[in-house]
Amino acid sequence: MIRSRDLLAEAAAGMLQRPGRSALTMMGTVLGVGTFIAIIGLTSTAGGQISKRFSVLQATQVVVQDAAAAEATRPTLSFPDDAERRLGRLNGVEAAGLHWPLAPAPVLSSRPGAVAEPVSGIEVHAAGPGVFPAAGVRIQAGVSYNTWHDEHHQAVAVLGAVAARKLGISHLENGPAVWIDGSPYTVVGVLDTSERLPGLLMSVLIPPRTALDHFGPPSPEHPAQVLVRTALGAAGTIARQAPLSLRPENPMSLEAQAPPDPRTLRDTVSSDLDVLFLALAGIAVFIGALGIANTTMVAVLERSSEIGLRRALGACRRHIAGQFLLESTGLGLLGGLVGSSLGVVTVVGVAVQRSWTPVLDPVLAVAGPGVGAVVGLLAGAYPALRAASLDPALSLRR
Amino acid sequence: MTDETGTSVRDGADGSPVIRLVDVTKTYPGPPEVRALRPCSLAVQPGDYLGIVGPSGSGKSTLLNILGLLDRPTTGVYEFDGVDVAGLTDADRTRLRGSRIGFVFQSFHLLPHRTAVENVELALVYGGGPRAGRREAALRALADVGLDHRAHALPSTLSGGEQQRVAVARALVGSPGVVLCDEPTGNLDSATTERVLDLLDRLNDDGYTLLVITHEEAVAARARRRVRVHDGTLTVDGGTLIVDGGVLLPRGGSAA
Repeated sequence: MIRSRDLLAEAAAGMLQRPGRSALTMMGTVLGVGTFIAIIGLTSTAGGQISKRFSVLQATQVVVQDAAAAEATRPTLSFPDDAERRLGRLNGVEAAGLHWPLAPAPVLSSRPGAVAEPVSGIEVHAAGPGVFPAAGVRIQAGVSYNTWHDEHHQAVAVLGAVAARKLGISHLENGPAVWIDGSPYTVVGVLDTSERLPGLLMSVLIPPRTALDHFGPPSPEHPAQVLVRTALGAAGTIARQAPLSLRPENPMSLEAQAPPDPRTLRDTVSSDLDVLFLALAGIAVFIGALGIANTTMVAVLERSSEIGLRRALGACRRHIAGQFLLESTGLGLLGGLVGSSLGVVTVVGVAVQRSWTPVLDPVLAVAGPGVGAVVGLLAGAYPALRAASLDPALSLRR
Repeated sequence: MTDETGTSVRDGADGSPVIRLVDVTKTYPGPPEVRALRPCSLAVQPGDYLGIVGPSGSGKSTLLNILGLLDRPTTGVYEFDGVDVAGLTDADRTRLRGSRIGFVFQSFHLLPHRTAVENVELALVYGGGPRAGRREAALRALADVGLDHRAHALPSTLSGGEQQRVAVARALVGSPGVVLCDEPTGNLDSATTERVLDLLDRLNDDGYTLLVITHEEAVAARARRRVRVHDGTLTVDGGTLIVDGGVLLPRGGSAA
């Protein structure tokens, strides 16, 4: 009989009657829903970061390190001469490259002899021919040296683009050379980009056997390592097989690092954050529901004479129940709305602070107020029934 | 059955009573069992102005609740507009109450957070009528009781007499035909009491059927006729007694 707009207006008036109390009542729902949204949002945001960082590039990369060198006192090289070839024989390896920086850094110059002006800020690396395909380089000019150069201890060099610019070498038509500790090395190629080892762009690369001849094995501070590019999904297996294949007699001297398993990562995030905080959020929502139930109950008792009056003015029991249900649902809905907003702000705030990309399912922003409304509806059910069953004659006498 | 439009307040011109109680009793289940109302019979004609006098605890509140359809009698017949209300559902009784009976209470029962005109409008909300025109009707009702200038004041800023006049405006805004007043002057000083009683006189002159329940003889004296309630029993006070014609019908051997 009552118009729904009238019922809504009466419920709204009931909520606004004591705005301070309504605000406090909403607090539990605000906290609960806000925590829910924030946790789910932060989890998905962090998950997004993991999947972003965990690219195909990483998933197909294994790095074998010289574990023995770290404890060595003099320069050593635990890798065999033919490390690249041995690894290349493993099923699933697409390319493998041995490399180490020369230390102490040799004097580098683009001119011979006395007129030489040393160029600083450029490293010299020993890099096997397998490094170029393993690191995913692009040759800007010339070619990269190959196994033949290495095996014949050729004095050749490949320059990174930045190093070439610093050394003043812009084209290779004249057969330019660089002088390393006074010895000339013919520049055969210049690298444009390097996917996995961007540091190569600032370096001068020479074949490992040539480097061993002139500069000895790598220093313990800067041990050699092998970069392996594997087929997709083979990285874990390769990481287990590589040390054995390289040093069958002493595989412990080498350490292979496989990329982290993305599934493990996600599990860690879920178990660490989700369970605990979602439980806390659930408790907050539950307390919020109790708060709404309690406040609505108090309101029913307080306003019993109002209820009696409304009954006298022609309100049926269901009108009374409807009004209090609407009031509690409204409180829950508003609490959910405010909580969702705070949750979203939290997610965006944390993401901005960590320079992450905030990831949040838009459904959640709608679900938040919905959850709040349902909580309010359930919490208001008992008080509304009590209100509806009040005896109008008795409640008017109060 | 009901007069939704409220245009003809003085209905029942054929002489049939608007309210008719026959051997109505009310017993509150115990323990201890309380017999609040012993067999009572009463008939009220349209346009009547009946004072129901009795000390507190006499059962007059019980009588008012039954008359106002807020409570059901334990035994006996209650006819409103010639319809036996015992056969009505709760919702039907509520609808009948909302459309045909206006209430004026001792403690005014105004919603404290609503303005005077909003309080008056509340009486129109549960009728389900159109929203348009409600405000105007409420303002007219307030003008009727001489309070149009305080229409937008909150009850707390009104005097007791003004609050009761707002309550009277609320009682008559839906043109209910019957107005039940429960100690309407109980919380008012004597000067204000006079003003409210004058207002009730005028309502009766306008054709409203008035039932005023009070413990004050002076208030009851303004009514055209009076009955007394004592220990749950109705007795006549100087009125005419017409059996079955329906002005007043005391029973139970307790006539004064």
